Amino acid sequence: MTVAVDTDLALKLRGVSKQYPGTDAAAVSGVDLDIRRGEFVTFLGPSGSGKTTTLNMIAGFISPTGGQILLDGKDIADLPPHRRNLGMVFQNYALFPHMSVWDNVAFPLVERKYPKEQIRERVRAALEMVNLTGFEKRRPRELSGGQQQRVALTRALVFDPPILLMDEPLSALDKKLRQRLQLEIKRVHREVGITFLFVTHDQEEAMALSDRVVVFDHGRIEQVGTPDELYRRPATRFVAEFLGDSNLIDGRLVTSDGTVALEAPEGRIPLAGPPAPSDGEHCVMFRPEDVRVTSGEDDAAAWKGTVREVVYLGSERRVIVTTETGRDVTARTSGETTGVPRVGDAVGLRFSASNAWLIPTTG
Amino acid sequence: MLKLAQRTTRRLRGAHLAIPLLALLVAFFAIPVLELMRRSFLDADGALTMQSYADFLGTPAYRTILFRTFFVAVICTVVCVLFAYPYAYLMTLAGPRVRRVLLVLVLLPFWTSLMVRTYAWLVLLQDTGPIKAALEAIGLGQVHLIRNTAGVVIGMAQILLPFMVLPLYNNLQKIERSDLLAAQSLGATPLRAFWRAYFPQSLPGLFAGGVLVFILALGFYITPVILGSPQNSMMSQLIVRQVTERLDWAGGGAMAVVLTVLTLVFVGLMSRVVNVQQAFGGTGDRK
Repeated sequence: MTVAVDTDLALKLRGVSKQYPGTDAAAVSGVDLDIRRGEFVTFLGPSGSGKTTTLNMIAGFISPTGGQILLDGKDIADLPPHRRNLGMVFQNYALFPHMSVWDNVAFPLVERKYPKEQIRERVRAALEMVNLTGFEKRRPRELSGGQQQRVALTRALVFDPPILLMDEPLSALDKKLRQRLQLEIKRVHREVGITFLFVTHDQEEAMALSDRVVVFDHGRIEQVGTPDELYRRPATRFVAEFLGDSNLIDGRLVTSDGTVALEAPEGRIPLAGPPAPSDGEHCVMFRPEDVRVTSGEDDAAAWKGTVREVVYLGSERRVIVTTETGRDVTARTSGETTGVPRVGDAVGLRFSASNAWLIPTTG
Repeated sequence: MLKLAQRTTRRLRGAHLAIPLLALLVAFFAIPVLELMRRSFLDADGALTMQSYADFLGTPAYRTILFRTFFVAVICTVVCVLFAYPYAYLMTLAGPRVRRVLLVLVLLPFWTSLMVRTYAWLVLLQDTGPIKAALEAIGLGQVHLIRNTAGVVIGMAQILLPFMVLPLYNNLQKIERSDLLAAQSLGATPLRAFWRAYFPQSLPGLFAGGVLVFILALGFYITPVILGSPQNSMMSQLIVRQVTERLDWAGGGAMAVVLTVLTLVFVGLMSRVVNVQQAFGGTGDRK
């Protein structure tokens, strides 16, 4: 590699913080993040976690109280929003209701004083890319939610920004439409090839769209990783709970004869994974698909319990088992109808030793 | 056919609830107005004539008053817009508590009588009043604010301000503030963002408030009487004089009719300039 590493970076955040006057807790504190060119990165977190504030600091609507935001290596902290040249799609789309679709999409080009001929050509091509040819004269209110969304996307891309920011752009739509637009956004991302920065509180959406996900909580980054890394190897208890269903079991790790086991009140769970950093109190995560429900006479079962709830989800079932000590364990089984445990059944629980994940920090 | 009948019935259901008000309007508004209009076309012997209109429009002094009335109304409307827009905009930015205070401040004048407020202005504006004293202190002692059009405009604009603020605020609070941010993210300076993304959306409110203020200003009577002088009277004063002093019902009627017709023409023209349909975001097929 002769190229310096930094030229691959579209955006670099260094210690970015936001503290509102008169508040104790920082809205965002010490966010470090490198975003590569062409990457699809999602900020995921509950409301108030700092993900939207961080996005708005990148867009320039909120000025950070500390840290640096480097776009192509240049600090943009002092640039007003209109000089940052970043595309942004708002939660409510913020389409101008008094302008036609055409005028909405042409807006950034008119503001940049493009020649008329070029504006016409670009707007036409951009609307064609999202299949909105023929809708040029419509007002935003005459479009469906999905169409409005596509106009907003087009308007934010038509001036070739290096990064597209999206603030929960799908949250107002119903599930079916949301899934269709997710595919569309992925397609557009592939076609334009620029960096996409997407904010959502929906973990499924984050996993479906992103190359990498940044999990926020309490104004800090909890973890950055690919969807698979976050799902299989969460760094904190918060990440484990926020992404997908999980069973978090606290217990003592005991190593004897080179094998590790987790000791919990309900019984000992043998683990196969990497040896623990140290024996003692730890938290181990099992995803529901790593828990098997067996019969009540299963002597090899690690734990025993009673079925509290069975939820049919089509392709699979979620079985919630309550142990003797009152702990709920969620297991996922296939959707087949034979051998389904019923509510009230006494069952055994087996844990897939190889998929156990030790949460590194106690959080 | 049956369907149409049903739909009409459904549309008219509840129409009887409007009867009391309609009866009141017919008896005490429509009939007197029509009667006045009828008289404006009759001479002293009851014969049909346009003489009253010819007299009114043919007299230069009357035409001056007519022109002055429209001039004052336009100035009042402009002054109201200039003061009301920032105020209404501030109301949309304020928190709920401050907003309530701002709203009460606008409505406060409604709780005091028009007469009292106008006399209050008389006290403030007169040559021995505090405003005059302040102007003299900064070397503008020669400015007169009473017994002239300036005084009338000041008093009227203040009294009419709520009629501008309320429709405008009602409009502005419906405009998404994110439109301003979106415009900036798309490359517009804050000023350009306001001008292109926000201001056009406020035109319906400006128009509604503007028409209200303008029409009310055209018919103002008490304020011009108290703060103005006979040398710069307005149409309402002229009509009153015509009817009460000269007992010339036909002449007064003709003036009222001309004023009304001109008002309608003026408002019609204004609604042409401000494409209300387009501003409301209807199906304006431009481009």
